[in-house]
Amino acid sequence: MTADAVSRLSVGHQDQEKIVRYTFGERVNHWIGALSYTYLLVTGLAFWSPYLYWLAAVVGGGPTARFWHPWFGLIFTVSLFWTFKEWHRDMQIDDADRAWAKAIPDYIKNEDDKLPNVGRFNYGQKLFFWGIFYGVILLLLSGAVLWYTETLPWSLRFVRYAAILVHASVALITIGLFLIHVYMSAILEEGSFGSMIHGYVTRAWAWTFHRTWYYEVTGKSRTQR
Amino acid sequence: MSQAATEIVRISGHAGAVPGAGLNREFSVCKLVDTTTCIGCKACEVACLEWNGYTFTETTFDNTYQTMPETAWNYWNLIKFNEHERADGTMMLLMRKDQCMHCADPGCLAACPADGAIVQYANGIVDFQEASCIGCGYCMTGCPFNIPKFNPPSRKVFKCTLCNDRVSVGLEPACIKACPTGCLHFGTKSEMKELAETRATQLREVSGFADAGVYDPAGVGGTHVIYVLHDAKNPELYGGLPRDPHIPWSVQLWKGPLKWLGNVAIFGGIVGMALHYMRFGPKKEEPIPPGEVTDTDKERRV
Repeated sequence: MTADAVSRLSVGHQDQEKIVRYTFGERVNHWIGALSYTYLLVTGLAFWSPYLYWLAAVVGGGPTARFWHPWFGLIFTVSLFWTFKEWHRDMQIDDADRAWAKAIPDYIKNEDDKLPNVGRFNYGQKLFFWGIFYGVILLLLSGAVLWYTETLPWSLRFVRYAAILVHASVALITIGLFLIHVYMSAILEEGSFGSMIHGYVTRAWAWTFHRTWYYEVTGKSRTQR
Repeated sequence: MSQAATEIVRISGHAGAVPGAGLNREFSVCKLVDTTTCIGCKACEVACLEWNGYTFTETTFDNTYQTMPETAWNYWNLIKFNEHERADGTMMLLMRKDQCMHCADPGCLAACPADGAIVQYANGIVDFQEASCIGCGYCMTGCPFNIPKFNPPSRKVFKCTLCNDRVSVGLEPACIKACPTGCLHFGTKSEMKELAETRATQLREVSGFADAGVYDPAGVGGTHVIYVLHDAKNPELYGGLPRDPHIPWSVQLWKGPLKWLGNVAIFGGIVGMALHYMRFGPKKEEPIPPGEVTDTDKERRV
């Protein structure tokens, strides 16, 4: 075989080689967060609408749902704060993200080859992360008020009024973010869902969707090229 | 209700029409509290405890006749005292029997997420069904009168039932029975409203209380507990009776526009994502072109 043929064969083979995208700890934490959020979503929707109150029966009935909802909220908060500790550096929004943001119509049209290179997380993922992060801080504060409403004196009732509105509004925003997240990672972008299970993506996946990160983890930074 | 159960439509061996046939009965009940003739004896509080099976709880002392600051989960009826100094320097001891107002537009019911935990009867009584209560406390946020109270061990919320169990079998509420001065009255809403207006007129024209009036706040659609006040222009004097009670605007916003906005956004989002997938399909990885191979890769390949 000629050198050129060997090269082409190797490149094709190499495309499917695995790169670690999420460590075991990151994956376990993600699913603790995902399951606790799902519980919060199911019970929260039960309290949101009479037409969805049957959801409370699925998880043990109204009083049980009311009892556990705040505790699962705490689990989700802990999971998210750990994520913050691990990822907040990767989540900083930089100039590359701002350039990428301008090309979002191309991203929506699946014309990813027109997009500027991005690092480990793209601008959308970063917005999702910060939306959930600040959302959960608001949900935690308003949720604490709703958890122990009866301990709040009547003179401070405006705090209850604010909490009930903040909790519902912010929960709706996180539901929107959650739906987009599930759609993109489990349905739209092939290879993403598996990476949160077994931790690996292929080289081709990394090169296609997170090229700057691909150069970093394969030992050649973009600036060196 | 009982009134319907006792309305006669046929009579055996009776010549002529049934007396009162086709009568339009008013089902709406009302409690009238005349604060101007209340002496603060607390007989109504004791009657409430006795009928509802609760025992007297420990009182607090704050240098007034106020025995405790507010109603409790097992204390649904409390006299609110206020020593009020009038403009001419004379003192008035204002006393108001505080309990659930049984609003026509109940904030507790609007805020409650639990199916069947709060019901409003045709006679106007708003009643909590503790078996269905989930203990979320939203009713406490929805109420403009600080009435629903939480019981931590059972995680249920309780309040005055307007003696629904008595009223439904044709009896007066227990508190009415116990009042020694006759400041408490019970009847249909229109009867009580008329009696209250008559008393308020008397106070204005005979007793020199120019601002006397009836408290039946329109902000909550009227109430099934109404007050006669010496000074209807300052209801706050009577132990913090709100001047213009209404369901808190944040609760109205939450149960109104936000609910629609949220539901439309969720459904719209799901439909939008489905359409996106059908139009643009999945994102697939691309093969890496030969020129994009990194140094490390080349080293490994050799």
